[in-house]
Amino acid sequence: MAEMIIKKVRVDGLFEAMKGKDVYAPVTEDGISRFKLVDGTPNLKFKNSRKPPKEAFFPQTEKMFDLVKDGTRFVGAKDVPSRDKDIVMFGIRPCDGRAFNVLDELFNWDYKDPYYLDKREKATVIGLACTLPEMPNNNCFCTSMGGSPGSSEGMDMLWVDIGDSYYVESLNDKGNAILELGKGIFEESGDDIRSSAGKAIEDAANAIDRKLDTDGVRDALAKTFDNDYWAEFSKRCMGCGICTFLCPTCHCFDIQDIVKNGEGVRQRTWDSCQFDYYSIHASNHNPRPEKKNRQRNRVYHKFYYSENKLGLVGCVGCGRCINLCPVNIDIIEVIQGAKELGQ
Amino acid sequence: MSRDNVYKPDTATVTDIQLEAGGGRPIRTMTFQVDDPAERKKFLHKPGQFIIISYFGTGESVFAISSLPNEDGIIQVSAMKVGNVTGRLHALAVGDKVGVRGPYGKDFPVDEWKGKNLVFIGAGIGISPVRAVYQYVLTPEQRKNYGDVTLIYGARTPADLAFKDEFKEMDTRDDLNLWLCIDWKFGPKGPIEGNAHTDWPAINMSAPGDTVIPEGVNKFTAFVPQLVEVVKPKPENAIVVTCGPPIAIKFITQALAKLGWSPDQVYTTLENRMKCGIGKCGRCNVGDNYVCKDGPVFTQKEISEMFDDQ
Repeated sequence: MAEMIIKKVRVDGLFEAMKGKDVYAPVTEDGISRFKLVDGTPNLKFKNSRKPPKEAFFPQTEKMFDLVKDGTRFVGAKDVPSRDKDIVMFGIRPCDGRAFNVLDELFNWDYKDPYYLDKREKATVIGLACTLPEMPNNNCFCTSMGGSPGSSEGMDMLWVDIGDSYYVESLNDKGNAILELGKGIFEESGDDIRSSAGKAIEDAANAIDRKLDTDGVRDALAKTFDNDYWAEFSKRCMGCGICTFLCPTCHCFDIQDIVKNGEGVRQRTWDSCQFDYYSIHASNHNPRPEKKNRQRNRVYHKFYYSENKLGLVGCVGCGRCINLCPVNIDIIEVIQGAKELGQ
Repeated sequence: MSRDNVYKPDTATVTDIQLEAGGGRPIRTMTFQVDDPAERKKFLHKPGQFIIISYFGTGESVFAISSLPNEDGIIQVSAMKVGNVTGRLHALAVGDKVGVRGPYGKDFPVDEWKGKNLVFIGAGIGISPVRAVYQYVLTPEQRKNYGDVTLIYGARTPADLAFKDEFKEMDTRDDLNLWLCIDWKFGPKGPIEGNAHTDWPAINMSAPGDTVIPEGVNKFTAFVPQLVEVVKPKPENAIVVTCGPPIAIKFITQALAKLGWSPDQVYTTLENRMKCGIGKCGRCNVGDNYVCKDGPVFTQKEISEMFDDQ
């Protein structure tokens, strides 16, 4: 692991050196930030993005194939060109970095997903630790989910804001390649710098006021599946699906053929387990017919099934589903309630 | 794509279409052959696996494969016309093109069942995945590996009864116990006693197990779970393979339990809604099982241990 620093005034130089790559970085507009393709140096004073950065590897809508036509009928599917440009994901917060680990497991599990992996393998993830005053956000609870404002899981490089510089840790070859690219821009670090970075992370961790004691969650969920509890808390759910769309680990998708002006494509789009259409059978039987079934599925997927299937809990504590739920369903309260019942 | 694209369908050509059941919900059996000879071998499947068929421009749907395992890229499915893709498939003509990818999913462990008696129970279009297994078992090469074979199948109305010609032929076999039924007629308040099929006698509705089977009769007016109670298949050294609508499976399972069957002897195949078929898109899960990857074949014991919404 290589440790360096980069002075804030020299970050422009690194972005200049990264020209030619697709660089995604946080862009704040009207107080809301989002990861977008950028040309120049982004403002790194940002509250975490409203939408998770997963869209760089797993876009909301993605063309899978062009449909091949013979006369008036579609008779085949043609691959879209492979991407050749490298990607840099810049300013990824630690919770979202950890979420990439979940998505990596899912899209690599058994069958390989070419659309995700094609982008993911060409990407270098440069994380930015959460430090005061921008972070933590309202309802951040990463420290309860095994993360921290300074976690480097799922990243190739982690930067920590220490005032007029960033402390930089390169974690692997991809990170080292960035150091190489910015040769002369990165400078030597030292013990005092590392300890300032540690202090900044610790201060941010101490500012996280939402906590979830996850001990015993699995045992509680194992006992409460059939409890009326799930019907009660989901009564107010409108089924809008925002909790899943904004979740950095949610990965459900639909596949559709779309024909417009005689041209056809097969595409995939984000989907959500909160919709009845998602699971309804051709016979009209729906295994998850009510909101209680669908909300319960979401909670169990995050806190039970994901660990069984992928070895990783499906929640990283980013707080987005709490912040944006129109009816104030709070996953921390939901889990605490289930734990009380299951004791 | 710089790697093999698992989502990319191979093209296949329709070689045969048979109308199996008419009426408002017709069933057709369609046979396809994969176009590229070099790709045909990868479509060798095992009984119980499924295939994803594209009608390009409309979409993909999942079907149980009913053809016998082969390396010639021949894929047969039986589909009821219920939605967009099946609507398109029902309008296909010989020579038309579709897309195919698969086969996917876990198969029925037919090799482990050698030496056992087999009981096949199909309700409605649920007969289609069950048919994949009994057709395999009834081939001359395989039949000798198994004990008694019993097949119980029922549909809603005489028009819904599929594979009629095939059953006519199977009815003459002396190495198969075939039992068929048609549902009771429905009135406004539920099933009405009486015959749905004029020459198929009604069973004892209030106590199916007490039905006296007239000599030589193997076709009745009954629901499939009731017919199971009439036939009374014996659980000793035996396996059940069943598929049907969830409500039918529920009552078939109860009927088998009454007859002393344990849940680990009863195999079924779940046909949840799927899109990717390869454990990514999420929707087919029952608890932490993806039906597409961990199934679709499960024992009733496995299903009883799942966090099951249905």
